Amino acid sequence: MSASHATTTHLSPALMRALAIATVGLALLPLGAEDYTIDAVTRMMILALFAMSLDLLQGVTGLVSLGHAAYFGLAGYVLAFLTPESEAVSLWTSLPLAMLASAALALLVGALVVRTSGIYFIMSTMAFGQMVFYLFFDNKALGGSDGLFVNFRPQAGWFDLDNRLHFFYFTLVCLLLVYGFLRRLLHSPLGRALQGIRVNEHRMRAVGFNTYTHKLSAFTLSGALAGLAGYLWGAQTGFINPELMGFHWSAHLIMMVILGGMGNFAGAIIGAFAFEYTLHLFKDLPVIAGFDLGQHWQLVMGLFIVAVVVWLPQGLLGGLQRLMSRGDGQRGAPHA
Amino acid sequence: MGLAEFLIQALNSFQYGLLLFMLAAGLTLIFGIMGVVNLAHGSFYMLGAYLAYGFTTLTDNLGMALVLGAGVGFAFGWLLERGLFRFFYTRDHLDQVLLTFGLIYLFEELRAIVWGNDVHGVPIPAWLKGSVPLTDTLSYPYYRLFVGAVCLALAVGLWALIHRTRLGMHIRAGAFNRTMAQALGIDIERLYAIVFAMGVALAAVAGMVAAPLSSVYPNMGGSVLIMCFVVVVIGGIGSIRGAFIAALLVGTVDTFGKVLLPQLASMLVYVLMALVLLWRPQGLFKN
Repeated sequence: MSASHATTTHLSPALMRALAIATVGLALLPLGAEDYTIDAVTRMMILALFAMSLDLLQGVTGLVSLGHAAYFGLAGYVLAFLTPESEAVSLWTSLPLAMLASAALALLVGALVVRTSGIYFIMSTMAFGQMVFYLFFDNKALGGSDGLFVNFRPQAGWFDLDNRLHFFYFTLVCLLLVYGFLRRLLHSPLGRALQGIRVNEHRMRAVGFNTYTHKLSAFTLSGALAGLAGYLWGAQTGFINPELMGFHWSAHLIMMVILGGMGNFAGAIIGAFAFEYTLHLFKDLPVIAGFDLGQHWQLVMGLFIVAVVVWLPQGLLGGLQRLMSRGDGQRGAPHA
Repeated sequence: MGLAEFLIQALNSFQYGLLLFMLAAGLTLIFGIMGVVNLAHGSFYMLGAYLAYGFTTLTDNLGMALVLGAGVGFAFGWLLERGLFRFFYTRDHLDQVLLTFGLIYLFEELRAIVWGNDVHGVPIPAWLKGSVPLTDTLSYPYYRLFVGAVCLALAVGLWALIHRTRLGMHIRAGAFNRTMAQALGIDIERLYAIVFAMGVALAAVAGMVAAPLSSVYPNMGGSVLIMCFVVVVIGGIGSIRGAFIAALLVGTVDTFGKVLLPQLASMLVYVLMALVLLWRPQGLFKN
């Protein structure tokens, strides 16, 4: 496998500054935005959480999972099952349970698929993802093809999740916490080992690492974090259906991580925002020469995906970093 | 389950398995020889089904439609390989996954533009209507036998092509060692185009013969693609023989599962895959 997607683990100081400013801007956004925008950005942050969970596998460890939506969806279903008919469930019990369920599923599937590699890994993660999809799709007891309603948003102490602003800030806090956690992990012994596995698994094994355990840990952790995103999604939309476990979702997620730039988690966040926004733009396209582009948005979407793959292998963040370092280089040139 | 019913289910399993093989063979050949993972393979199946619909409404003759459709499939595959896929052989699997995922969107939307989003039926030709009586109440339709026969003939043809012809020898050489095959004067570029086009044509024919049984509807390639992945994972990537045996196995488990354990039927195939992965992570027949 040639590595045309160079992963950029290191973020330049200039980029870090830009990201910090963007974060402050994000935190201040609700002050001047309409309800619709706040909801849409909350949704993007949830997807960003989801994308970061995949980046741990895809960008850091080099494992492309095409069935990641299953762990996302499962947590949403757990929330739906735990929420009673007439009252809200406590977040402090339901969230850990939902994440635990996703982690358990990921552990089970991971134990099998982590034994494979490359294309085999892609195909088997996708097949197991579809297995979960069909389990929920075909069984009326699990909601069937229509899915389930989450009747009440969970209760979360200080945060009143029924309030749009509270939900926004709760999601933002989750996003920052998970980002901080994953960045720490990247430089921990486990994170280093995972990156080693991406670069050369045989060598890591030769050096004495049990790569199976490391990969399985990453897979399980990633499943649990996808569960966090799925839980929040279920809480925000009040609804969960099998489509959220399907392979189109999984592929969109891969797309987000690629679009942003892999292996550093900041790229995954940027990619999720950018992808979601682009999708929104495509669905609003005008009628050109009697041809309704907005109605046939999938055509534009398909072309867009192909274009990103062909021309943007390092993602937006990689491009941005290159652009910035070019600026730095020019300024630094006279001293050299 | 009586003997007659058992026979019907056994025939159904065999026919479904052979149909899956037609798709999985193309998928596994394209992967084994060019190293490309193709998520859009299900779209070629859909394309075939819609071609069957289009050509039967034009010519009113399924036999003619099959020949025309196979030709269109082959030409389409050739163009796609020359125009797009050949630039992706050296890219990593992630790129290939995304590229072909993008293609699914493209093909679905083109299908919507050309044929719309309605469900269509494709009539069974007059000379294949009717069925073989087995008992007083049970019988087996001729058309299903015809589907099985077409697939079996193509499977045998594919085997003969790969093991008994010069082209087949080149294909095997290309799969074994690309550089060496090229050094020996094999035109590998042309070989790739042929293999790819053949894979597309096989998938299209599978879609065409299945069309009268399943009818023709949007996104019909999706579920069949997953089944093909299961077949390829069980059989071992790049192995035609593995794909054949795995396809029959999956066909049997799925068909009998639906009769004997209807609640768990959709899961059984994946359980089978899990067991194979536990036992042999590389599939049953890894080259």
